[in-house]
Amino acid sequence: MQATIESVTADQLDNSRLNFKVGDGVRVHTRVREGDKERIQIFAGIVIARKGSGIREAFTVRRISFGEGVERVFPIHSPNIDKIEVDRESITRKARLYYLRDRIGKEATKVKEKRLIEAGRK
Amino acid sequence: MSFTLIGKKIGMTQIFDGNQLVPVTVVEAGPCPVVQVKSSEKDGYEAVQIGFGVQKLHRISKPIQGHFAKAKVEPVHQLREFRVGADDAEYNVGDVLTVSKFEAGQRVDVIGMTKGKGFQGVMKRWNFAGGPASHGHMTHRRGGSYGQCQWPGEVWKGKKMPGHMGNARRTTQNLTIVKVLEDKNLLLIKGSVHGSIGGTVYVRTAVKKKRSA
Repeated sequence: MQATIESVTADQLDNSRLNFKVGDGVRVHTRVREGDKERIQIFAGIVIARKGSGIREAFTVRRISFGEGVERVFPIHSPNIDKIEVDRESITRKARLYYLRDRIGKEATKVKEKRLIEAGRK
Repeated sequence: MSFTLIGKKIGMTQIFDGNQLVPVTVVEAGPCPVVQVKSSEKDGYEAVQIGFGVQKLHRISKPIQGHFAKAKVEPVHQLREFRVGADDAEYNVGDVLTVSKFEAGQRVDVIGMTKGKGFQGVMKRWNFAGGPASHGHMTHRRGGSYGQCQWPGEVWKGKKMPGHMGNARRTTQNLTIVKVLEDKNLLLIKGSVHGSIGGTVYVRTAVKKKRSA
């Protein structure tokens, strides 16, 4: 019966959006509807959590906006999302980067970048 | 009157309806073959007998086997009868009723057995407040007073007390159909439907219509 349930949602899943990890810097292109016009709004930040599976899967993006931490939770397969761009890949030791919430200033967005580590630098 | 299908609760999930993620219950409803049509001339009332599911032949008694043979219908797991009103479409023996009679946005009632909870106290069964947990109180989950004094001298009929909870036939009215999947015989009904997963449900067109459509 679980297979039946999954078959119901299968055509709504967008598997092209699954190629990012926790810690990655992403730019989420969201469709914003104003009246009958539609435009693209970009929300850029660090993915601090991915939760759920299947159609319920969601991810949280955190950014520092004018000195204030802002978080948005997106359902991954939402039709409101146009695309998800990965800016920078990171290596993290935690699945949920909630510790970033307690940090102030430069430290608040500091995650280990994959390209720097692979190049032997920190 | 109404149109009814026999079905099975599959479980819950969520789907995007437009731009919104909506919680839905997946119900496998039909196909339901018409096994018998009862008429007021012959039987004294108007009804239609429909079936659901598959049953092995050797599990059915000979008289019921004959009943299926007469209707030229494959043996079904469940047989149920539903009353037919004067303004309903005509049913013929051998017709197969499917979810195609339903459409997205339509209101339906869902009838089924609720989950059995066993013998439960008044707090769970009737949402009583119970007593304070501490400060010297000695009644915690009790129902309080059961009545008055010499008059009426008895406990009123219908007094809410502990007892068996659940496993009762209940109807949830005016649920909305979000999507109809005809090829899979599935209905996606918005929100929850009572009863356990795999339980039998009857899905019928809503009896109480909305005042403004």
